Amino acid sequence: MTITLGHFLSLGAMLFALSVIGIFLNRKNLIVLLMCIELMLLAVNVNFVAFSYFLGDMHGQIFVFFILTVAAAESAIGLALLVLLFRNKSNINVDELNALKG
Amino acid sequence: MDVKTGLFYLFAAVLLFAAFRVITSRNPVYAALYLVLAFFQASAIWLLLRAEFLAISLVLVYVGAVMVLFLFVVMMLDINVDALRQGFWKHFPLAAGIGALIALEMAAVLMGGFRLAEPRRPMATGPDTSNTLELGKLLYTEYLYPLEIAAVILLVAIVAAIALTLRTRKDSKYVNPSDQVRVKARDRVRIVQMPVTRAAQPVADEAPAAGETKA
Repeated sequence: MTITLGHFLSLGAMLFALSVIGIFLNRKNLIVLLMCIELMLLAVNVNFVAFSYFLGDMHGQIFVFFILTVAAAESAIGLALLVLLFRNKSNINVDELNALKG
Repeated sequence: MDVKTGLFYLFAAVLLFAAFRVITSRNPVYAALYLVLAFFQASAIWLLLRAEFLAISLVLVYVGAVMVLFLFVVMMLDINVDALRQGFWKHFPLAAGIGALIALEMAAVLMGGFRLAEPRRPMATGPDTSNTLELGKLLYTEYLYPLEIAAVILLVAIVAAIALTLRTRKDSKYVNPSDQVRVKARDRVRIVQMPVTRAAQPVADEAPAAGETKA
């Protein structure tokens, strides 16, 4: 049996589901939450590359390129915010981020 | 079952295992290292899909830059892991149920609807074709404007990350350069006009009123 487009898309779906589970499980740990977001973006990128190959269209790969750019910027700013948070509160527990709560 | 199929299943299995370890590992350093493994497997899968440039740039950008940044931050912060792991398994049944539902539904739809075994319009293959060349042609002609916007996004990210984490120490001694440039001579030296010689003051005749004698 040969692998079809559906195999790659299913792999992306499973990766996405795993990162959703990760966001559920690691509600308190901000670092692992950021890593789960990276995994989600990776799952989306797998879908884009698979469609790009099977439809013979290079524009999908261009899109992956831009997603990589935005993901790099996002993780850089997210980690900077994390460092700032740790400096002010001495932990990264999401439950204690309630300063704006009315 | 040809080699490509076997490689796909191998890479997919390792990728899913690494993703599982990312979300369940106790130590965030291990989670970051498993995420590196996941990115390597994903880039191998992209190589199977003939996206060579993106596979290499995934390794270079993600494993080389972003994950090293993650590792730096994880190792720099002194995190109490046990407090963060409280109630970790409490919501596991709900999370696993939702995740399995998502995966099964999407797999049912995708495996049924996308039975495309061969590329519909195969891209040119062979030793003379270059994925990077094709990507570059598109990127610098049709997508030039988005490319510049992406560059601006990266610049904003650099500036924001530096501005967020920059901390001026209270005890640091530094000179403001603009003040230093704009300084005038009169800010530094005060010239006091004094007469060259002056007659001595006449000594007061009367003694101090308190009656005490000065030493």
